[in-house]
Amino acid sequence: MNKTVKVIVLRTAGTNCDQETAFAFSHFGAQVDLVHINALLRKEIKLEDYHILAVPGGFTYGDDIESGRILANELRFHLSTDLEQFVYDKKLIIGICNGFQVLVKTGILPGKTSEDEKEISTFPPQTVSLIGNDSGKFEDRWTYLKVDGHSVWTRDLPSIAYFPVAHAEGKFVLADKKQLQVLGDNGQVAFRYCTVNGRNPFYPQNPNGSFDHIAGITDPSGRVLGLMPHPERHFLFRHHPSWTRLKKQSSYGDGAKIFANGVWYVENHLL
Amino acid sequence: MYGSLAAGILKTCHELGLTAVKNVDVHPVYLVQGDVSDDQIDLICQELLVDNITQEYTFCELSDYAEPKKKKDSKYIEIAYNPGVMDPVEESTMKGIRDLGISSVLSVRTARAYYIDGRISAESQNILVSKVLANKLIQHIVKTEDRRKSLLLDHPDPECQVVTVPLIKASDRQLKHISQKGQLFLNLEEMKTIQRHFKKLKRDPTDCEMETIAQTWSEHCYHKTFRGTIRYQYEDKGRKKTKIIRNLLKSTIKKATEDINKPWCVSVFHDNAGVIEFDSDSHICFKVETHNHPSALEPYGGANTGIGGVIRDILGTGLGAKPICCTDVFCFSPPDVPFDSLPAGTLHPKRVMQGVVSGVRDYGNKMGIPTVNGAVLFDPLFVGNPLVYCGNVGIMPKDKVEKRVCKGDLVVVVGGRTGRDGIHGATFSSGELTTESEVVSSGAVQIGDPIQEKKVLDALLVARDRNLYTSITDCGAGGLSSAAGEMGIELGVRIELDQVPLKYHGLGYEEIWISESQERMVLSVPKTKVKKLLKVFRDENVEAEVIGEFTGDAKLEIFYHGLQVCDLDMSFLHEGTPKITKEAVWKPAKHKEPRLPKSPLLNEALLNVLGHYNVCSKEWIVRQYDHEVQGGSVIKPFCGVDADGPSDASVIAPKFNSRKGIAIANGVNANFGKIDPYWMAASCIDESIRQIVAVGGDVERIAILDNFCWGNPDKPDRLGGLVRCAQGCYRTAVGYQVPFISGKDSLYNEYAEGKKSIAIPGTILISAIGIIEDVDKTVTMDFKEAGNLIYCVGETSNELGGSIYYDTLGKIGRNVPQVREKKGMKIFKSVHSIVQKGYARSIHDCSEGGLGVCLAEMAFSGGLGATVRLDQVAVKGAMIRDDVILFSESNSRFVIEVQPRHQQKFEAMMKGTACARIGAVEATPEFLIYGIKQNVVVNTYIQDLKQVWQEPLQW
Repeated sequence: MNKTVKVIVLRTAGTNCDQETAFAFSHFGAQVDLVHINALLRKEIKLEDYHILAVPGGFTYGDDIESGRILANELRFHLSTDLEQFVYDKKLIIGICNGFQVLVKTGILPGKTSEDEKEISTFPPQTVSLIGNDSGKFEDRWTYLKVDGHSVWTRDLPSIAYFPVAHAEGKFVLADKKQLQVLGDNGQVAFRYCTVNGRNPFYPQNPNGSFDHIAGITDPSGRVLGLMPHPERHFLFRHHPSWTRLKKQSSYGDGAKIFANGVWYVENHLL
Repeated sequence: MYGSLAAGILKTCHELGLTAVKNVDVHPVYLVQGDVSDDQIDLICQELLVDNITQEYTFCELSDYAEPKKKKDSKYIEIAYNPGVMDPVEESTMKGIRDLGISSVLSVRTARAYYIDGRISAESQNILVSKVLANKLIQHIVKTEDRRKSLLLDHPDPECQVVTVPLIKASDRQLKHISQKGQLFLNLEEMKTIQRHFKKLKRDPTDCEMETIAQTWSEHCYHKTFRGTIRYQYEDKGRKKTKIIRNLLKSTIKKATEDINKPWCVSVFHDNAGVIEFDSDSHICFKVETHNHPSALEPYGGANTGIGGVIRDILGTGLGAKPICCTDVFCFSPPDVPFDSLPAGTLHPKRVMQGVVSGVRDYGNKMGIPTVNGAVLFDPLFVGNPLVYCGNVGIMPKDKVEKRVCKGDLVVVVGGRTGRDGIHGATFSSGELTTESEVVSSGAVQIGDPIQEKKVLDALLVARDRNLYTSITDCGAGGLSSAAGEMGIELGVRIELDQVPLKYHGLGYEEIWISESQERMVLSVPKTKVKKLLKVFRDENVEAEVIGEFTGDAKLEIFYHGLQVCDLDMSFLHEGTPKITKEAVWKPAKHKEPRLPKSPLLNEALLNVLGHYNVCSKEWIVRQYDHEVQGGSVIKPFCGVDADGPSDASVIAPKFNSRKGIAIANGVNANFGKIDPYWMAASCIDESIRQIVAVGGDVERIAILDNFCWGNPDKPDRLGGLVRCAQGCYRTAVGYQVPFISGKDSLYNEYAEGKKSIAIPGTILISAIGIIEDVDKTVTMDFKEAGNLIYCVGETSNELGGSIYYDTLGKIGRNVPQVREKKGMKIFKSVHSIVQKGYARSIHDCSEGGLGVCLAEMAFSGGLGATVRLDQVAVKGAMIRDDVILFSESNSRFVIEVQPRHQQKFEAMMKGTACARIGAVEATPEFLIYGIKQNVVVNTYIQDLKQVWQEPLQW
């Protein structure tokens, strides 16, 4: 492997945030390939050649049956070995919006309960889910997010970040509420919806009714991140919905740091 | 997902007065056909169909199936799509099952089971089903005995036999009968022309030929009204005059574009969308379509396929453009009208609105195209014919704008399969709707499959960039018949209908030919490249099939299993229409200016105007649209301190590494047209331009689209208004030097109930697109800082005719706003300059609700108060009334916020325009307006203003 950070942005029928996600990584110097899942299935392209896997937003397969399910099954039944190896190799995965739904439904998130680094193991069955918003409809709105956990992806983010959500099925639920304690103890909760001051939110600050206001989680290692809000949509300063009121400190928005972190991690740990 | 759906249904039940309904549960139902074991079904359920965290399941063999035991006071209702209606979930489910390694499943159908608790009568249950749960055009209640049938869509293929229509010996009466029976919507004159043609050929036409001619000559495809001759009678200074108009489109809309002659207009009026230059590498194209008739019958599917259709227009412009944003404008009857006031056969406007919004939402969002701008208008006259305008903008490399079919190229159809859906859409939209329409024309109603279209888009752009085809167009109205017909217009084309991929067996050849099944495009492909092209589509799981060849003999020849079913000369098909003269009469409306109360309470008046359906917040709609996907948003539909203030134009920067952008805006005002369509057109053009100028756009880089929705043009008064409207378009476009680049018309928007006919108010939508040099310089409409100065730019005249203020008083009036282009142009240019200099902190245009609404919106969006003096406002003539200044909707006006340090420079640059300092932004939330007698006329708080503005459509 040469000294380039290589990112694979996975796409399939109904993926639609692939180009802005690719732009975000390439802006920080990564080499980004937009790859249709068919190319992986046919082994024309190998997952192992990449450092970061991004599963972008969209409506894969129309979110038919339920969001992310069909792509998740494709990954589970046809690419699980490659994915397990990818995680074992301490590479990074990010799933945004539909990508988060996919990661949850494969079991990659929240992943194994404790980090076992010795051997490759299969992903556990699905233990959390993202279901229909309490409001009953798709909503595009900006949310304040309290940043928590110890993920490499969220390093040096402001304590309260501001990203938009745009989804119909983003309500975070758990099979077993005791899991919440475990996620918390492991530092796996990366983002919680909050008010502008960081307090407990009501609707619409918590836009979907997520349990414990959870907006994004990681696996125990922090290297696999999934979140409903879209950091790539607050990549630039002018993405902020009120940018015309603000003094411009930087040309970046809150979300840029996430992609920079991913590239930084690979440069410092994998190359 | 199903929990919130159930809650929504319960709420709607209660709104309908079905208060006996106590609880609703919704369960998805899947019918799986094939040789599968119980273990396999268990696997399918657990791994695919069910979310094990939140759902449970049961399954059984169809033969063992019995409706669940009825609890007391509980009803079980199962609803499924009618056979043949698009259900995208089926295909996805089939794929999901194959991914599990199960290949023996033959088909999947879906349904929804509703458990309704409560003591409800049979009558209430009917209401519940017909008004809430199902639309009978596309759905039905599942009965146990019907289940097997619903799985089988295949019918035996009809016998291969050419059917001819006994035309050449038909009497006039028989000709009329043939047209009516075949739903051809051809009039007698046209039928006789066809008869003469075939008499010369000494044979009767085939059914396929008749269908083809009907599609091609339909108002929808041929625009007979705009292209025909019109005898126009009108009054000029009390004298009656007559004018013969040879081609309304050429003599007004297109003439304006020719007279203006902008060098950056790249392709106007001849492709699927208008094309203008964007930057050194790319062009931008823009198109707005209507989908009114289908949306009246099936709002969700109608709007859904409307947006799908206009996106395909963009995919089919030049060699294909990438869609970058959508804009949508709707006109409905007010959503609070009582059910018993509705004409028979119409849906309740609230249901229409919810359906339309969901349809647009699902298509745009799933395709990943941001919906960035729109408007919604309410008027009781839209009760039978809601208007649904769907617009799309695309970007393409400069070298992809030219297309040319070559002799010997193959005809390739890509995308969705062809089924029996959408038959007769083009001809059906060329007639009036009636109480019978929902029965007769149900085949014209469809549901879209956005993911199919997204796949087509993804594959198409790859094929385009590898130069694998020479021309392209979309399958829209008329299906293959118009797509292949249009592409083969010069060379001629031969089609083998048996090569077209079908959804199921049993379609007749003429059905394949005219079916309007969605998500299909037609390409012309050189023989040497066809292999590569087919592979590109296959790699993205999109079907592509060669179905014919462009021949060079200028004929339309169609074959089906070796039988020739059509043999028409292209010249007859495209130029053979009889020249028809239509009568038009224009008489000015007889409305009078109303007498206004002596001293109206303006506080109350302002709140009433802000809470008017046409003014109030459309947040319930806008939030459901993804307006930020693709990452280009600069000015979103909402702005301000809480991101909920109404932006003027929307701005996007379509290239990640460039600050060049586009601004999109719409001007629409049906009320003005009731007084005079001429000034409606002028005002709509002015409004669309000034919204773009308000965000920082340059009037010299704006192009516009026209979109006429009118009543029956065979009625002289309707056509008279249409002519007048087109004339207003010409004058104002030339006055502002803003060219039309594309347009559309939808006529026959009338609803016949018995002998009564409800016509929509003739409505023009002007959609504008402006090129923005530097998006970082754009401005939003929310007040930014206390202490800044407030200016009103532009003259306010006594022009309350058609205003919201009059409407809140139940009046219409006569003094409709006019447009004074010279003054307007000076203002537009000056405002653009001050934005470039950075002197404007906020700008908002004065539209519906006038200065009063403009100021209120700026204040509450910014979370800041204001103090304003009406005696400072620049007025035309002697203005003695505060309400006129506050609510007049005079054109070409802006309110601008300026920092005190820029006061002198700003005023110097605005010299020569009517520009007056009228007040200041305040830190406190008081909203204070002093009248012309220096007395306080409005004294309220911004949170109260915001509340009345947000409440009406906060569903």
